[in-house]
Amino acid sequence: MLSEMFYKLWDKGLIQLGVWETLYMTLLSSLIAYAIGLPLGVILCVTDKNGIRPMPWLNRILGLIVNFFRSIPFVILMVAMLPVAKFILGTSLGNGAVIVMLVIAAAPYVARMVESSVKEVSDGVIEAAQSMGCTNFQIIRKVLLPEAKPALIHGAVISMVTILGYSAMAATIGGTGLGQIAVIYGHQRSNGDITWICVFLTVLIVQLIQIIGTAVERKTDKRIK
Amino acid sequence: MIELIDLSKTYSAASGDVEALRDVNLTIRDGEIFGIIGLSGAGKSTLVRCINLLERPSSGRVVIDGKDMTALPRAELLQMRRRISMIFQGFNLLEQRSVLRNVTFPLEISGVGRRAAQEKARGLLQVVGLEDKADAYPAQLSGGQKQRVAIARALATDPRYLLCDEATSALDPNTTRSILELLRRINRELGVTIVVITHEMKVIDQICDRVAVIDQSRIAEMGRVADVFTSPRSEIARELILPQDRAAIDTSGGKKLRLIFDGEYSQEPVISKMTLDCQAPVNIIFADTKEYEGIIYGHMIIELPNDEHQAEKIISWLKNSPVTWKEEV
Repeated sequence: MLSEMFYKLWDKGLIQLGVWETLYMTLLSSLIAYAIGLPLGVILCVTDKNGIRPMPWLNRILGLIVNFFRSIPFVILMVAMLPVAKFILGTSLGNGAVIVMLVIAAAPYVARMVESSVKEVSDGVIEAAQSMGCTNFQIIRKVLLPEAKPALIHGAVISMVTILGYSAMAATIGGTGLGQIAVIYGHQRSNGDITWICVFLTVLIVQLIQIIGTAVERKTDKRIK
Repeated sequence: MIELIDLSKTYSAASGDVEALRDVNLTIRDGEIFGIIGLSGAGKSTLVRCINLLERPSSGRVVIDGKDMTALPRAELLQMRRRISMIFQGFNLLEQRSVLRNVTFPLEISGVGRRAAQEKARGLLQVVGLEDKADAYPAQLSGGQKQRVAIARALATDPRYLLCDEATSALDPNTTRSILELLRRINRELGVTIVVITHEMKVIDQICDRVAVIDQSRIAEMGRVADVFTSPRSEIARELILPQDRAAIDTSGGKKLRLIFDGEYSQEPVISKMTLDCQAPVNIIFADTKEYEGIIYGHMIIELPNDEHQAEKIISWLKNSPVTWKEEV
């Protein structure tokens, strides 16, 4: 039923490798994107005119930068940012470059995600913390982030799925993973089954992320019980 | 002691400046329970937030224990806030922390070690009667329980002052009563000076020693609760003390009198005595009397009969009696 090509790829371990590459690119990019996006999102929230430390000019500049990167479609961003990858890694090819692109695309997205999660923390709780003499830093660390934790986890799942989707497009600049297998062996060599297997495996990974994420979120959130 | 001196607060909004407080002067003495009452929008929430500088006044000074709060550097202001705790209408507990960790929160902030903080918190939960809920989360508690946790949390840093912003407004009457009793106990046993913000006269009535009535951004009236209650001088105080819908009570159009009981005659059956002496019926259209510090006081509105002669008789009876009364308009 399955094409010969599939068995060949499977025996060589290429499909398994594809799954692994997709997974690690997604996870690593997400991690780095959060390392940048999380503080950025918090700063966006805190410096807002209704935030705990309003700084309109900083808020506007960061907002502009975030919006700029978010409005470029990933396929275009990928090509446009090749020099950046080259500058950072010395090469604009391969998975290293793909991760740089994914981070550039995802960090602003993550920042907005974090911003909206943190904004959900009620003003009353923040006011209570202020009345106790909390510094702004204490409010961020001990009130905003812990109280927003379930929403942050929820956002992280959405971000990871988005990053996973982007990573599949990375075949265009020489990235590997399920996206590349689908394009090269499935599409270009007309093996429909390989394309569909890649789709199926991608859906499986997305489901897995979703299920784990939801479970962690539910376990974390003390509001329901 | 909390002194507010010539305090004003103006917000600038798109539609122009909004004056939330105008020339407020008041002194809250150590050890008392001071009430601030007003209708919503009167400026009372702004007033209480000016005390711990959650709102910075536009002009005037806030002096607490001799320190001018408005002039303090930020680090010192944060230190001062630990002496001035606050509880809120919406409780404002940290939803992701257990009850115990909510109470230890202010201690964590001030750098108290975990073990010492937990020990203190358990003691405070005992004070508010929730020692068995230490490991529960706020979502599992009722409104009254949440406010008790908030009170325990507010007491964690051994504050000298406790600001209560509509702390019982979201609670049912029974829960309100028990929370007010708790606040009174805290005031007496721990010597915490309490400032109560409310729109409900019965809250003031139940626990406050003195009250300031605030209306349209100004203090309309201030004094001992018993005095303000028995003889309100300002229109707004009368409005707050008397029920809003008294005008709607259907009456036969007779003259209305307000009798004031200031604690000396209310134990006597005044109304029965009056009707028996005068042989004239009266219609009681409103009555609110209560015990305060062991004395009964309150007031009552009666409607005189339409018969001129009978009405005259009652008025002259009242004139000769020691009862304080006024004609109602």
